[in-house]
Formats: sequence, C-alpha cells, structure tokens
Amino acid sequence: MAKSGTVGQPGAAYTFESGEKPVRRHTFAVIVDNEPGVLARVIGLFAGRGYNIESLTVSTVTEDEEVSRINIVTTGTEMVIEQIKAQLQRLVPVHNVHDLTLEGPHVEKELALVKVTAKDHNRRESLRIADIYHAQVSDTTLESFVFLIHGSPDKVDSFIELMDALGGVEVARSGVVAISRGSKITPI
Amino acid sequence: MSTTSMNGAEMVIKSLVDQGVEVIFGYPGGAVLPIYDALFQQNRIRHILVRHEQGAVHAAEGYARSTGKPGVVLVTSGPGATNAVTGLTDALMDSIPIVCLTGQVPTHLIGNDAFQECDTTGITRPCTKHNYLVKDVNRLSKTLHEAFYVATTGRPGPVVVDIPKDVQFGVGDYTAPNGKQAHKTYRPQVKPERARIDAAVDMLLSAKKPIVYAGGGVINSGPAASQLLGEFVRMTNFPCTLTLMGLGAFPAKEPQFLGMLGMHGTYEANWAMHDCDVMLCIGARFDDRITGKLDDFSPNSRKIHIDIDPSSINKNVAVELPIIGDCGYALEDLIKVMRSRHTKPDEKALAEWWEQIDEWRAKKCLEFDKSDEVIKPQHAIRRLYEMTRDKGDEVYITTEVGQHQMWAAQHFDFHKPNRWMTSGGLGTMGYGLPAAVGVQLGHPDALVVDIAGEASTLMNIQELSTAVQYRLPIKVFILNNKYMGMVRQWQELLHGSRYSESYSEALPDFVKLAEAYGLKGLRATTPDELDGMIEEMLAHDGPVLCDIAVDPTENCYPMIPSGAAHNDMLLGPVSDGQEAIGKEGKMLV
Repeated sequence: MAKSGTVGQPGAAYTFESGEKPVRRHTFAVIVDNEPGVLARVIGLFAGRGYNIESLTVSTVTEDEEVSRINIVTTGTEMVIEQIKAQLQRLVPVHNVHDLTLEGPHVEKELALVKVTAKDHNRRESLRIADIYHAQVSDTTLESFVFLIHGSPDKVDSFIELMDALGGVEVARSGVVAISRGSKITPI
Repeated sequence: MSTTSMNGAEMVIKSLVDQGVEVIFGYPGGAVLPIYDALFQQNRIRHILVRHEQGAVHAAEGYARSTGKPGVVLVTSGPGATNAVTGLTDALMDSIPIVCLTGQVPTHLIGNDAFQECDTTGITRPCTKHNYLVKDVNRLSKTLHEAFYVATTGRPGPVVVDIPKDVQFGVGDYTAPNGKQAHKTYRPQVKPERARIDAAVDMLLSAKKPIVYAGGGVINSGPAASQLLGEFVRMTNFPCTLTLMGLGAFPAKEPQFLGMLGMHGTYEANWAMHDCDVMLCIGARFDDRITGKLDDFSPNSRKIHIDIDPSSINKNVAVELPIIGDCGYALEDLIKVMRSRHTKPDEKALAEWWEQIDEWRAKKCLEFDKSDEVIKPQHAIRRLYEMTRDKGDEVYITTEVGQHQMWAAQHFDFHKPNRWMTSGGLGTMGYGLPAAVGVQLGHPDALVVDIAGEASTLMNIQELSTAVQYRLPIKVFILNNKYMGMVRQWQELLHGSRYSESYSEALPDFVKLAEAYGLKGLRATTPDELDGMIEEMLAHDGPVLCDIAVDPTENCYPMIPSGAAHNDMLLGPVSDGQEAIGKEGKMLV
C-alpha cells in the first residue's frame, strides 16, 4: 500500500503497486457545447488516459440544440474518479461536469430492446417473465418477440439473463441516462 | 462590434493584426496559397519562412516563451499539419500559447482522401488544448479570436484552426475582437479562494522545515509573478527550488535558491524536498522527473499546491491544501495575508533548517573533475555563463534535449524569467535551434545561444538556413561528444554499457556545415582553445555555429536513478559491481 501523502495510481511512472485501492462505479453527467468533435474529445480523453467507460449516452437537451448532455458510467479508484472529473472539466467545450454518484441521490435508467427466439413452453414463459418485468412487446413473429424493457441497469441485466435461458437472444441497450432526484435543476 | 466584408484569407490577416500579432512562422503549400497571397499584399505581419513545419512551431514556442505573447504558426494541409504535430505536443506539455493555422482541402473534398488531405482536427485533438475546423467563412474571424483567447487564457496551450481552401476564398463578414472573453463558456478560475490562502498561511507559519517548490506556471503567469515569488521568498527566508521549466522565476544568485530539483537536480534541493514538513508548490505539477519514486516522495510533509489547472491537483501526489488560481494572484494574496499576521515564521526552527541545508550544500554536488586535456561539457557551459555575465538580462538560452540540457540547467544561472527556453515535458530533440530563431525575432538585440548536443541539433539543422535568411545572429553552441549522451548514460547504468546505436558513426564536419549554410563555423577541441572560441563567437555579429569537442564519456550527475527516492541520489559514478538502478527501476523511463 502507498504510504500517506502519496498515491498508487495505475499508470503513474513510479508506482509499482496497483489495483489495491477500491474501485468504485460513478455516474457522470457532462454538459457540453453541441459542436462537431465534442464526443470524440470526451471519448479520446478516456481512451488516451486509460479510463474505463461502462456506458455512454449522448443527446442534445436544449430546444436550440446548442447544448448536449453526455451521461458516462465509469469505474476507478477515488483518485482516478477525481482526475476524470478534472480532465473532463478541462475540455474547452465542456460547460460543467456533475459526479451524480457524489452529488447525492439520483435516478439511473436504461432502455433495452431484447429479441427472443423461443417456441412452445419457452415462448409462453418469456411472455410471463416480460409481464413480471413490465416489459412491452414491440414486435412479434410466430417464433420470436422483441421486448422493450426499461429500468435500472440491474433490472435490465436480470431480464436479459432470464431471456437468455429461454432461447436465442439479441440485445440493443441504450446505456444509462441519469438525473439527480429532487426539485433542483442542473444549470447548463 | 463592427463587421466588414472581405475574403477568408484577408480575414486571417486582419484577425492576426487585430490580435496584435507581429511575427508568424510558416511554410507555404497548396491549401494555404490564398493566405500567402494575402500576406504578400500587406506589411503589418512579418512572415518567417522556416525550413520544416516542426521548426515553425518550435520557433513560435521560443518566441512565445521569451516574449510572453502567443506564438503564431501557418502551415499547409496534410504533411504541413502532420509535421507540426511534434511541436504542438511539445507546446501542450509545456503550456506554451500557440495559435497554429493549418490549410485544409476544400470542404467538398474533406473525407475523400484528396491530395494532401489529412484529418487535421482528428490528429491534433489529443495534442492541442483545443482545435477548430472552420466550414463557414462567416465563422472564421470569431473562431480566430476565440483561438487566441483559448490559447492564452487559464493554463496556456496550443490551439489549431483548420481552414479549408474554399473558406479562404469565400467572402463574408469580418468581426473585430470585442474585448476579452471570446468564448461563451470557457472561464478558468484565476483568483484563488481567500479561505484557502488563509489556511495556507497558517500552514506555512507553523512550518519548521518549509520549502518553496515553483515551476513554469510562475513564468507563464508573467514577470510580475516572478517578482512576487522573489518577494515572498525573501520575506519568509524559506528555501526555494525550481523545476526545469521554472528556472529564472527566482534569481539563482540569491541565498535562498537551492538550485533545480528532480532527477538531475541538486543534492540540497532534493534532500530538502524529502525532509521538509511543509511544501508550497507553485505552478508545478509533481511530474515524475521531479518526484522520483512516488511512495517515498517527501513522506512527512503537508503540501500546498497552487495551480491554475484543477486536473494537476492530486494527479500524482495527494495534497492537503489545493489552491486553484493564477500563481500571480495567489502569491499576491499570500504575501498580503502573511504581512497582516502578527506571528512570523519560526526563526529558530528556520535557522536549524538552514543549517541542515548548508550541510547538504557542502557536498558541492555540481562539482566535476577538471581536465587540461579534454573539454568538460560542464566547464564549457560555465565559461559561456561567465563570459556572457556582463550582458546581464540580455542573454537568452535555448537547449536541445539530453545531457547538455541538464548541464545547462545546472551550470548556467538564470536571474530573470523568460530567459530559458527548453523542452521539458515532451523532451523534444531538435527544439533548441528553431526556438533560438523565435527568441531572436522577439529580441533582435539580445544574445541568443542554443546550448546543443550534436545529435539533437541535427534533428532540425535545416533551420540554420532560416537564421541566415533573416540575418538572425543566433549562436549554436554544440557540445559534441559524438554520442546521444543521455541514451549512452542510461545504457551504461542500465544495460551493461552496451551502447546500442547511441554512437554517431558519421557526423558531419560542423564547421564546414555551418559554412555551407552561410554562417560562421568555429571549433574548439582542447580546453585552452575554449575561451578564445567563445570570444570569437560573441564578437561575430551574425549567426555562429560552434563545434566543441567535449569529453565523450562524461555523465550527468547528480542523478536520482529511476525508481529511487530523493534521498537516494547518485553524486557520481557507482563503483564496479554495484547496481545503480534496480530491477523495477529498469522498467521505467
């Protein structure tokens, strides 16, 4: 373990220990100018500095389409998470960066389209499970369904796992969108 | 805000003039011909024709670092832009304000693999502070003003503006700059929080073994920040050490100066860093060349870190008290608050601390074995310093990268900021000669010397031609040991003296080379020729290239071997059978 006053950050040239500090999952909301290349800047930063991206979603969020919101789920030690925030903040088109995990309670939702091919009993079972998960049927043939499910990433994970047990599965997931709880509006 | 109609190329010139630009460094090509045509038809902007685009960026860096103004570069598309990449990365690592204009193929050809097309904004995204592709001539002038704002605001850095040829020909409205904030949201924090300054003063006043560790941020903040640093250090009598990039921010002649710290820093500076109890870091970034082994870096100190870039905080070393802001403002506030306090630094503790530091100083770690037969590189630099001392502040030094760079940092004393131009972060061989060209343009009457190694200087030797064309009296002071000296030193320490490819078999005759380029060539091969050669070099009013045959086996000490801590320095060669660098250290750079 690193002594006090110094840190064992993976990638630092003079650190021999690594991976001993607890890794945590954080959800960021990054408010950016909606200009060409801005997403490449954000992704390039993560790739160039060796940070993880678990999920990333992006869309404009203002009526004039001038501002986009990027939601990023990432993992890292406390120091790495702090660096990610500072490095994102340093990009010129970035207005502000919110570490939703640190800032307090927040809602995290994900949407997925799950295609399941199943026959007979398994087909009926898939419908029953979809009902339990409040998934909707978006498309059907005689041997398949496309379910639309939304909820926490955990819920989507568990739904896909169950469907996978019933037959062939194809998945399209949106990635996490997140917003803070309460009445406060995040400035852009 | 006034608007006038003109074409894109004219807008480029008008924007540069309105931004106060006097000199630009560039190289023409197909995709920037309209801008070169506009340059031809005006006399406000002076264009310096370099011989390679990398040289253009380094020259602009030298100009920027020595004048405090942004350096401007103009290059063509494709190879013009890719050749500039090393210089841009260098400027990013060392926080130098550069605006680099690149030509681009016409917008309708972008993405078609057109002749001399490359994805300039894609390639330069990670090596610039910010970049732009301008697709609409009506956005061009605003973008250019924004580029200057971004390059010079907050932590400075290089900005690329990629301008397609049809945009240069297109006619649109020119918008003049409207005051300072040219970007709608980019507002770095420059004023430090008062509460943090108070906390810093509390911490500093409680210190028994304080140290001030300052870097290039103080220089970037402007000469006033260096003044304030001097005031603060003299007022507190705290020992002060500077990084490679910070040399000149505090006068080397003053008693509080411990010399440079880090891998080739002084014994006293590194030990003081290791043993201090409160560290005040101003405008430096705990780079790996400074810290050595992180786990043993200054283990018993509380640390205050002043930096304009929040991402520098806690990047390598966790600090107790981060202060975000410009060094100049922070130093001003520190001095003000310190003065307002009734308590003063603990004089008794400080006296004991200085006693300890003097013990370390007594090691005289920069001493080297003198010789009557062969020129010691350190001796050559010391003589250069001594023989130019009477010129005072009008001496500007650039360097290439390697042993000579470290010896220059150790043996040439700087008393003023902006007099020392070196490639610190990226370590770019070939930086010094074009940088000297840029410095000389900013300071036509000053003495500008590129302290060089023969291997580095060959990497951008073509810029001699630029110096001759513009009659720039730069002096290239080559310490020729026939080796890539620092590579050889590491091979000696790490790889059993197997000098793999670090010896240059076929070096040119540098005197003849100088003459071929049309400048004066001088040579010294023995110590008794050295002073005469330096005199001749200084007496000549044009550019001079000096080839000084130095001891080929000399190594650069003191040294913190990679993977070692500050209190584990090598003062000289290790004896046989001893390992200078451990197995883990060998993995590092």
